[in-house]
Amino acid sequence: MELLVNGTMMHLSDNIKTVSDVIDYFTADRPAVVVEHNGNILTKESHSTVNIKDGDKIELVNFVGGG
Amino acid sequence: MLTIGNKSFHSRLLLGTGKYPDVNVQKQAVDISETEILTFSVRRMDIFESSQPNLLEKISTSNYDLLPNTAGAYTAEEAVRTAKLAYASGLCDMIKVEVIGDKKTLLPDPVETLKATEELLKEGFIVLPYTSDDVVLARKLEELGAHAIMPGASPIGSGQGIINPLNLSLIIEQSRVPVIVDAGIRSPQDAVTAMELGADGILLNTAVSGSPNPVKMAEAMKLAVQSGRLGFEAGKIPKKRYATASSPDEGISL
Repeated sequence: MELLVNGTMMHLSDNIKTVSDVIDYFTADRPAVVVEHNGNILTKESHSTVNIKDGDKIELVNFVGGG
Repeated sequence: MLTIGNKSFHSRLLLGTGKYPDVNVQKQAVDISETEILTFSVRRMDIFESSQPNLLEKISTSNYDLLPNTAGAYTAEEAVRTAKLAYASGLCDMIKVEVIGDKKTLLPDPVETLKATEELLKEGFIVLPYTSDDVVLARKLEELGAHAIMPGASPIGSGQGIINPLNLSLIIEQSRVPVIVDAGIRSPQDAVTAMELGADGILLNTAVSGSPNPVKMAEAMKLAVQSGRLGFEAGKIPKKRYATASSPDEGISL
């Protein structure tokens, strides 16, 4: 499956079914991972229920240092 | 107490979290500052290196109110999106609106700042707009319903200190919501000056993170903010042209 993740086209295993799977694949359990899926900002609760499909656009964002 | 929206804080020092030499030094600086509000930025995660140290993993987030900023936004639309991303973390309901209008000076765009503030207030955020020291703009932000006004002392990270104390004092005088002087602070003296003008708080980052000794500077800033506030609350004596003796004239045994 091809996904556009943070602007980079990535080939991922077809075992990845949900947004939660994507988070697990790319990150450890960081405190503030936020996901935008095809332009929709997701709540944490919906990560495990939103399914992904070939060609989806995923943005993974988090908090970094800033003033 | 500093009250912003429905939240109250003992500390009047808000600390940015950018550009520290290392996360352990940063943790010590945060601890000693006794700040209760930490600012952050919202950025794409580095998906190729997700194990980078992050302050959020070192602190107990329940001990702080997180104040994400919308830095990086050049339009109201971008700022609103960033705010919504921050809110989706489930860790915060405050937002520092920061919409830059000029890359060289990093001065805020007043029109886009107003638009973003209005939109985010409608969405139910506790909104703290970073603004220039324009007095009328500050009033308009307050009229929209902003929960605090955050005028810059001077350009972000410039360390130029307070370049327009008159405007800051006019903003403080007219505002019924907290005024937090944000950006440009360099020395503890700047923090004292702003607090003595009657500011309700100080937000600074580079002054501490860029100091050769961030931990010591964090403590100095804490004390400066406290000292300036106490001085403001106490009230100053009027200036006189000539001396007035502190010791009594009577009973001199000469």
